Amino acid sequence: MSLTAGEIVKLARHQDRLTSLDYFEKIFTDFQEFHGDRFFGDDPAIVGGIANLSGKPITVIGIQKGNDLKENMERNFGQPNPEGYRKALRLMKQAEKFNRPVICFVNTPGAFCGVEAEERGEGEAIARNLLEMSDLKVPIISIVTGEGSSGGALALALADEVWMMEYSIYAILSPEGFASILWKDGKRADEAAELMKITAAELLELDVIDRVIPETLKGKKLGEDKIIRMMKKTLIEKIIELSKYSTEELIEKRYQRFRKF
Amino acid sequence: MGLFNKKKNYIRINPNRDSVPTTKPTVPDDMWAKCPNCKRTLYKKEIGAEKVCPHCGYSFRISAWERLALTIDEKSFTDWDNQLEQKNPIDFPEYFAKIDKTKESTGLDEAVLTGKATINNQTVAIGVMDANFIMGSMGTVVGEKITRLFEKAVIEKLPVVLFTASGGARMQEGIFSLMQMAKISAAVKRHSNAGLLYITVLTDPTTGGVTASFAMEGDIILAEPQTLVGFAGRRVIEQTIRQQLPEDFQKAEFLLQHGFIDQIVPRMTLKDRLSQLLAFHQQKGWCEE
Repeated sequence: MSLTAGEIVKLARHQDRLTSLDYFEKIFTDFQEFHGDRFFGDDPAIVGGIANLSGKPITVIGIQKGNDLKENMERNFGQPNPEGYRKALRLMKQAEKFNRPVICFVNTPGAFCGVEAEERGEGEAIARNLLEMSDLKVPIISIVTGEGSSGGALALALADEVWMMEYSIYAILSPEGFASILWKDGKRADEAAELMKITAAELLELDVIDRVIPETLKGKKLGEDKIIRMMKKTLIEKIIELSKYSTEELIEKRYQRFRKF
Repeated sequence: MGLFNKKKNYIRINPNRDSVPTTKPTVPDDMWAKCPNCKRTLYKKEIGAEKVCPHCGYSFRISAWERLALTIDEKSFTDWDNQLEQKNPIDFPEYFAKIDKTKESTGLDEAVLTGKATINNQTVAIGVMDANFIMGSMGTVVGEKITRLFEKAVIEKLPVVLFTASGGARMQEGIFSLMQMAKISAAVKRHSNAGLLYITVLTDPTTGGVTASFAMEGDIILAEPQTLVGFAGRRVIEQTIRQQLPEDFQKAEFLLQHGFIDQIVPRMTLKDRLSQLLAFHQQKGWCEE
């Protein structure tokens, strides 16, 4: 079953996809949400806290879309404001202090474009995350679960390992935006999607990501339980592997991971 | 139908118009400029070598070489990494042709100049972006040059002074443009961990992925007056929220007010200010041996 990039974009944005909170609940236990950035506010578009993975604490952070229109309005359709990124960073620095690995779930059409977001420094907030994540002393794994658009996604994805769900996308901006900037015609989004190399399979080949979490097997859709079990198993294996590195080795590997581009 | 076909014979007032040489006094081109900020018409000589509007203080966009000439000591510049290989990572149609054409028209190898120079005899690693090169957009070569600037600065223990001017990501390089933000940020962090000073000077326009990475990562962030600095473009925001934005939105003055930059420095005094800030960081402190 080979889908076009345009079709994958539609699947990646589909309302029925699991949200970050769904993953927290299904993969981990005892999730405790922590709120607020300690500067301005609490952004409902980013959720995070601590949880238990196989008996050990980890820090989890995710960009949260809503399950319905009402929740989507509350969550700003998964478009974080600067205080969301600052909350995420606060949780990462907390993870560093208490020596917990960090797992990020990325699903966003992009960082929010608005007056207040600019006033509070959307650019600065993303930049600060990149700077601090580049040498965070604990392992970071990021998983793009739906849409991973632009700097708003990268701000949670400067990680030791970046994974993507089979039907997710990761791109510099939306295909609509890409078509509108280059050809001044947002309607040519499907054409742009083909050109942009945004699907998990293409990005794995380009070495932009490290793993694809399959959602199908031999053309058949896999059950949700099966996907979750597989994710949990691979997460545990990878965290064990990453924990073996010294802090210097871990940071150097992360540096080289992005240095190659 | 004959009614419509009937032609009147007009008398031509000036039958040989094209062949009559014009005797009117004309104003030669290039004598006048319009300030894009305050919209006033300016006599070009008023703008001066620094290219600053005498009315509102707006600093006109200048090329990277012009910027260097205003900032560093004469003949002190060593150009670094000016022969990097250009790639077309997402096979964007006719990308190489566009690059070649731009190289020719700007005389630059890419949208940033990097190297080593002195500012009032203090050695710095310096980078200057140029908005004339595909809107100063950041592709892999720009990213690599800036990364190397920071890496070399660590080796040579030099402070970095970086003038930003960019429309943001290089669309033609897709996701690889985004990756430059991560790559450069990681190099900035190493430079910072080595205890070295990084000063950014935001110049018109600094937007998108450049704002969301190395432009905002300086220890000290300066900007020229009236400079446009933002993440999302004005038009995108207006379309998203369906509201008109205030006139000063995303100007340097607005950013100062909102806590994102340290100082607004007019172009005339920029060199001296940089020199002063560099000197502060070379002096021995009270607590050192």
